[in-house]
Formats: sequence, C-alpha cells, structure tokens
Amino acid sequence: MILDNLPALLVVLPLLGAPLCLLLSRGRPAWVVATLIAWTVLAISIVLLWQVRAGGVLHYAFGDWEPPWGIDYVVDRLAAYVLLIVSAIGAVVLPYSWRSVSREIPARLHAIFYTLLLLCLAGLLGIVITGDAFNLFVLLEISSLSTYALISLGRNRRALTSSYQYLIMGTIGATFYIIGVGLLYMLTGTLNMADIAARIASMEGSSTLHTAFAFIVVGLALKLAMFPLHLWLPNAYAFAPSVVTAFLAATATKVALYAMIRFVYTVFGPAFTFGEMHVQLLVLPLAAAGVFIGSVVAAFQHGIKRMLAYSSVAQIGYMLLGIGAMSVTGLTAALLHLFNHALMKGALFLAVGALVYRIGGSRLHEIAGAARDMPWTMAAFVLGGLSLIGVPGTVGFISKWYLIQAALENGWWPVVVLVLVTSLVAVVYIWRVVETAYFAERPADAPPVSEAPLVLLLPTWVLVGANLYFGIATGLTVGLATDIAVGLYAGGVAP
Amino acid sequence: MIAAMDSDALRMVLALALPLAGAVGIWVTGRWANLREGVTLVTAGLLLLTVLSLLPAVLAGARPEWVFAEPIPGIAIALRLEPLGMLFAAVASLLWPINSVYSIGYMRGNAEQHQTRFYVFFAIALFATMGVAFSANLFTLFLFYEILTLSTYPLVTHKGNDAARAGGRVYLGILIATSIGLLLPAVIWTQAIAGSTEFIPGGLLANIAPALPPVVVGLLFFLFMYGIGKAALMPMHRWLPAAMVAPTPVSALLHAVAVVKAGVFSVVKVIVFTFGIETLQGVAAAQWLLYIAAFTIILGSLIALRQDNLKRRLAYSTVSQLSYVVLGAAILAPLSVVGAALHIAAHAFGKITLFFAAGAIYTAAHKTEVSQLRGIGWRMPWTMTAFAIGSLSMIGVPPAAGFISKWYILAGALETGQLLAVGVVVLSTLLNAAYFAPIVFSAFARPADDDPADHGEAPLPIVIALTATAALTVLLFLFHQVPLELADQLVGRSAPAAG
Repeated sequence: MILDNLPALLVVLPLLGAPLCLLLSRGRPAWVVATLIAWTVLAISIVLLWQVRAGGVLHYAFGDWEPPWGIDYVVDRLAAYVLLIVSAIGAVVLPYSWRSVSREIPARLHAIFYTLLLLCLAGLLGIVITGDAFNLFVLLEISSLSTYALISLGRNRRALTSSYQYLIMGTIGATFYIIGVGLLYMLTGTLNMADIAARIASMEGSSTLHTAFAFIVVGLALKLAMFPLHLWLPNAYAFAPSVVTAFLAATATKVALYAMIRFVYTVFGPAFTFGEMHVQLLVLPLAAAGVFIGSVVAAFQHGIKRMLAYSSVAQIGYMLLGIGAMSVTGLTAALLHLFNHALMKGALFLAVGALVYRIGGSRLHEIAGAARDMPWTMAAFVLGGLSLIGVPGTVGFISKWYLIQAALENGWWPVVVLVLVTSLVAVVYIWRVVETAYFAERPADAPPVSEAPLVLLLPTWVLVGANLYFGIATGLTVGLATDIAVGLYAGGVAP
Repeated sequence: MIAAMDSDALRMVLALALPLAGAVGIWVTGRWANLREGVTLVTAGLLLLTVLSLLPAVLAGARPEWVFAEPIPGIAIALRLEPLGMLFAAVASLLWPINSVYSIGYMRGNAEQHQTRFYVFFAIALFATMGVAFSANLFTLFLFYEILTLSTYPLVTHKGNDAARAGGRVYLGILIATSIGLLLPAVIWTQAIAGSTEFIPGGLLANIAPALPPVVVGLLFFLFMYGIGKAALMPMHRWLPAAMVAPTPVSALLHAVAVVKAGVFSVVKVIVFTFGIETLQGVAAAQWLLYIAAFTIILGSLIALRQDNLKRRLAYSTVSQLSYVVLGAAILAPLSVVGAALHIAAHAFGKITLFFAAGAIYTAAHKTEVSQLRGIGWRMPWTMTAFAIGSLSMIGVPPAAGFISKWYILAGALETGQLLAVGVVVLSTLLNAAYFAPIVFSAFARPADDDPADHGEAPLPIVIALTATAALTVLLFLFHQVPLELADQLVGRSAPAAG
C-alpha cells in the first residue's frame, strides 16, 4: 500500500513538512523534522530507483484521475536517477545546516528557513517526477519562490538585490516556459507530456510548434543558467547563506537541465530538436563560450563562492556540450556530469561553508593560512577541487572522459582542446585557493580559528567520499547514464 | 576475485597496499617520532622483500595480473607485472629503505617541521610509483602518474616559504599542464583508435598504425612524448630544477629516482608496448625524438656546467641523463632499448648517491655551492668518496653502473648506424667529466678556505645511506645479470626460462 504511493509521498512529505516547520516556529524542532523528512525522501528515492532500474516505468495517477486528464507522476530511469542525486544532496545538506544556519541567520528566522528549504526540495523533486507540463510549472514556481526567499536570508545586504535580480530573471524564465506550454496546449489540447509527445509526433511542423519549442527551451535555459542567461547566478550563489548555496548549486540548475532534457528528448524528441529546429547550432557555440568565459572569469575572482559560481557556469556548459553532441556518448557525458557535478560542487560549497562558519568570510585574503588551523576542511576542499579539475580517480575524470570521447566521435577537435584547456584553467583557480590557504600567513588582525565542528565536517566528507567512490566504482552512474541515453536516442536523430 | 588470485598476483597487490598501509600507520603514530620512523622502516623493508620475492617468478616468465575495478566499460584499473616494471619497482623499493634511513638523519639533523606529513606523503608517493611500475594499461598508468604528481607536491613545497611556493607552482604547473593537456588526449585518442589502452608486447598499435596516416601517428607520438612531462624532455624540463627547493631526501628519491624515472619508464613503456619498436622504425614522423633527446643531453650538460649551486648542477645533470633513456628508446634498436632500461637502474643508484652527498654536505657544513667545496674531501671522506663513485657512474666509466648502460646504448646506436647518437654520447661523456671531475678534484686536492675544525662527517644515518648507494652503484656494475636478463626479456632478446 505504502509502496504504491511512494511517488506521491516523495513530493507530499516535504510539502506537508513545510507548514509543520512553520507551526513549530522554533529552529531546532523544525530542523529535526526537516532532516527526518530529507532522509525519508532519500530512502524513497532509493526504493524508486531500485524498482525501475531494469527499465520499467512507474505511474501514479493523482486522485485516481486517469491521465491524460489527471496529473500523472512518472518514474522512469532518468527521473529516478535525478531524484536520487537531488534527494541525496538534500539528505546530506540538512544535518549540516543546523550549525551553519545558526551562525549565519538570525534565530527568529530559523523555522522559516527550514520551511523554505523543504518547499524548495518538494518543488525540485516534483519537477523531476511529474509527467504533466503545467504541474511542472507550478512546482517550478514553488521551488523558485522559495529559492528567492532563501537567497534573501543571506547576511550581506546585497543578498536582497541578488535575490531580486534572480526573481526578475527567474520569473521571465518561468513565464517563457508557461507561454510555451500554453502554445502546446492550443496545438494539442493536452498538458500530459506523454500525450503531447504522441500528438506532436504525428503533426506537421507548424510555426506554433516551433514557437512553443523556442519559448520552452529559452525559459528553461534561463533557469539552468546557460551562458549568457547566467547573470543571476554568481550573485545569488555568492550572497546566499552557505547552506543554500551548496544546496542550490548541487540541485537547482541540475533539475532545470533535467527539465530541458525531458522536453528536448521525450516531449519533442531528438529528431525534431536537432533535425528540424537545429538547436545544436545555438547551444554549441553558447555552451563553448560559457565553458571558456566561465572558467576564465572564475580565475579572477577574489571571493571563493563567486569563483565557484562562475565555475558552475562553465560546468553547465560542459553538460550542454554533451547534449549538443547529438550522440549517445554525448548525452551520457551530460547525464554523468549532472550527477558528478552535484557531488563536487556540493562538497566544495560545504567546505566553503565550514570556512565561513569559523572565519566569518570566504574571500581569499580572509582564508589566508587557514589550512594550518582547519586541515580537514581544506583537505576536503582540495579533494573536491581535484574532482572539479578532473583528476583520474575522481568523478570529474569520468564525465570528462565521456565528453572528450563524444567530441572525438564527432571529430570535434576544437571541443577536445576547449575541454582540456578549461580543465587547466580550473587548476589555476583551485590552486589560487590552495596556495593562499596553505602558504600565506594568517592576516595579522585575524582572531585564532579552530577546525570546523564534526557536524559540518562529516557531511562535507560524505560528499568528498562520494566523489572518490563514484570515480572508481562507476557501475551505478555510468551504467544508468548509458542506459538512459540509449533509451532517449532510441528514435534516432535524423528527422 | 581474491580467491582466483595466484600468489604472484597477491604479492603484486601487496606491493601497492604496503606503502598505503604504511602511510596510514605513519599518520597514526605521528605523535611518537621513533615509532613513526619505525613504521616507515618496517614498511620499506617489507616492500623490498615483497618486490624481490616477485623477481624469480618474472624471470621464469610469469606475468601475474589483477583487475581492481572497471570505472568505464572496457577500461579497467588493472595491474600486470612485466620485466621493465619489475626492474623499476625493484630499483624504487631497494632505494626506499636506504632513503628512509637517510631521511631520518637529514630531517632530524636539520630540525625540519611537519615531519609526519613528510613521511606520509613519501609513502603515498611510493604507492604511486609501484602503481606506475605495475600498470597494465595506459589508463592505469595515467591514474598513478597523476597521484605521483599530486602526492609529491606537498614534499616539494615542504618548507612552506615563498621560494617553495614558487617552485611548487612551476612543478605542478608543468606536470599537470603536460599530463592533462597532452597525455590525457593521447590516452583517449589511443582508446578511440585501438579500442583499448592495454600494454601489449610488440605494440598495441602495431597492426593498426600502418593503416593510419603518418601524420596521425606522428602527432599521437608527439602528444605522448611531451605529455609525459616527468621525462623532462626540453623544453618541458623546467620543473626539475624548480623542484630542487625540496628537502634533499625528496630530491634524492623522488627527483632522481621515483618521479623522473616514472617519466622515462612511461616513455619506454609507450614506445615498446603501445607503438612497438618495429612500428616506429617505419614512421618518419617519429624520428624527431632522437634529435630532441640528443639536444636535451647536450644542452642539459652545458647548463649544468655553468651552475654553481650543487643541487641545481645535479638537477641539470638529471635532465641530461634522463634523455639517455629517451635516446636509447628513440634509437629503436633492441640493444639500445636494453641500454635504456638498464640506465633507469644505473642512473638511479648513481644520482641518489650524489644527492645524498649534497645533502650530507648541507647538513654537516651548511654549504650549497660548488665553489665552497675546496678541501672538503678530507673532512668528509666517506661522503666525498661516495660522490666520486656517483660521478664515475654519471660519466659512465668502470667500475660504475653507468658504464654498462652506456655500453648498450652505444652498441645499439652503432648497430643501426645512428652516428649522431654515438657522437652525442661521446660528447656528453666529456661534458659529464667536465662538470663532475673538478668537484671531486678540488674537494680532495685543494686546501680548504676556512678553519678545518668547524665540521666533520655528516650524521651516521646519512653516511650509512650514501655508502650503501655508492656500494650498490659498484655492485650493479659487477653483477648486472639480473637487470640485463629483465631488459632482454623486455625486447624479446631472451625468452623466459619457463616460457
């Protein structure tokens, strides 16, 4: 009985937990509730993945309204794969949040913080699991609105302007998306994704369909921070509370990318996307520019959070390059990097959060010499950084290997060079931090610091461990990503 | 999987596990210095025994294998023991215990900070070296190659001052840039062309390369040779002198033995097992390597001649000597490849002796410049005698091991009529003599500048270590049958006894 309702519980649990946190009104009980829910959600994700691992698809019709009339929740391997990483990040970040949040956010806002975080989690999980285009919009707004509020909780007053900036850009993105869905509804009379896909497959390409496609892709590109629509991201990451940054960096853009893949591959289909819309001609140059510019700009930042944010712009570019490669290997690379990048950025931002917890800031001059007093925190940062660079033995290597393979298959030498050169730029920006933390003297007026508490270190090292584990034992990630990519390209690319 | 492992494979895995376990042990016992040093010595001794116990099996033709994991379908992290790897592993594991004795004397004698960190990363570097030696394919080699780079970075920058940071930046910059920028695409490209990165006797690409355009083979070869930055082919040699900011035991083991030898070892490995000697003989686009190696040998020696700082002189001597190995491989004659393999061992023993001596002089007399060494031979007779033996090996005259390897390289060059290579070896011998002989001469024959009473011989552990390596240099000259047999098996000049 419970097993049948798991897809619904995945979203309903955090959604119900949110008002509960608000009612509890005090920080600690709210945190306990949120943590328990996050762990339960992870357990549900694991069970769902286990159920669909062989290629089956779970359907859940809300209120027993049959699709395409009612809202249909669909768990296939792609959804289960993304659900796993999102809920895993949630389950790791929440235990970490208590100490970090109590340092960075005033006590009266704690209950609200956990409420918002659960709402955001519910929204993100819902986007992944829903099979209804309009429901996706609703959940996108739930996650976005809670994200705007979460970012505005940052200590620095510039968090408010960053949040406002993101609000404007995010709303434009969501509006574009809903316009696209509206056009599709005009055309097909349905909102169920599978139904839309079936109907447009038998349709002649009309300008309405083309316009709908354009609106949806651009709207989602805004949410996933595709260059040059990334302008909201650096500020949002830099000024949000550390926990929020870690959570968003590891999940929000990934879920938006998932939505993009969902529409491009299962709703419109690769043949339409690449053969009729030629979206690769737009995506490839922008992705390449994002990879290059994001990496180079990151190397010139003084704040570590902002540096990692620009690095994220570059990493999203890698994923888009994989999609633009129009091949099974390319899509595998994109899916792998979606998972792997969540692990590395999660680990890195949690390590930065631990630095902020003890030192009070994460600008380069503030963390000078910090490695002597915080060896475990900095060691976690170094390992996460190595993964970001793509050193073998880490997850970063696996995704880059596939990306380069995909580029070689297409004979795209400039892309190979681009990936390698930007990996070297990553060495530069990671090593600026390493040199400052390990070799520079502590600033003269800096108060003495000690190692971060265990509740911060443990989640950070769990993610660091995942970076190493999935860099060697890749059965789960590579196996799933390959299967998913093969499935999504089953229809072929040719129009 | 463990159950199916034979005892050879088990011991091969043990050779990787031991240094790693040692690193943990050193870290745990870090608070008690004597216990910590005990862990280092015991681990090093056990590793030596383990590696040596594999020797008879390899000589008899056994090639144990072990697959650890398969991160990407078709591409495994796997180990396989073959003669060249055996030789490299034996040299490295033989010198680790000696170096540990030396390190203890040096680190304590100079009251260095962070000694636990030092020994931990040292053990990890040995782990990576064993991994490089036993790699069964290019992917595994690349993995351990990178671990070696990263684990030696904290050793190079051990002093933590601005000079160390600058040196570390050059070290990491060049090694990471070449490996990610050139070696990695070469490995992936090989995988794309051949569908595998396995090391296969006779060459993975032997059957495939003839069908490829020569430009592709030439470019791939270029990516490999410059991607292996640890081999210090000019102009990728700059990291080597930069890394001399490290404490001397690091320079000694890692930059005369483990790191640089991992580089030239990889070069030989790629030439013999990935391309195949015979394949490359037919590729005109691969001939440039000979000229670059020759150029590096001569220019390295010329620069060494002009260095007054002893460690820098040794560093450029290393740059030059490494290219002997590359030259031996680039001549593409079986005899010269034998010489290249032997030179990996010969140069290791000789150069570590020289570095030990430099460190002994620094510890006892706090002298770093060649011009300060007048008359030091009578105060430090053991050290300078060992230095003299090491110099003989570099120059390549009997009774030192360097003679044997040079002999084979020359024989291979003459056999194939590579007169340029012959000329380079002869000229370089003269240059080597020109920058080593005066040091030995002035140490013994010139009067000292200052009061002879202010220092004597270096601490006992240091003297023991450098005497041992000097003795090994001579012993390798006298008893070179085992390494020669391994090298012969590498190029197929002699079939394994059992096979």
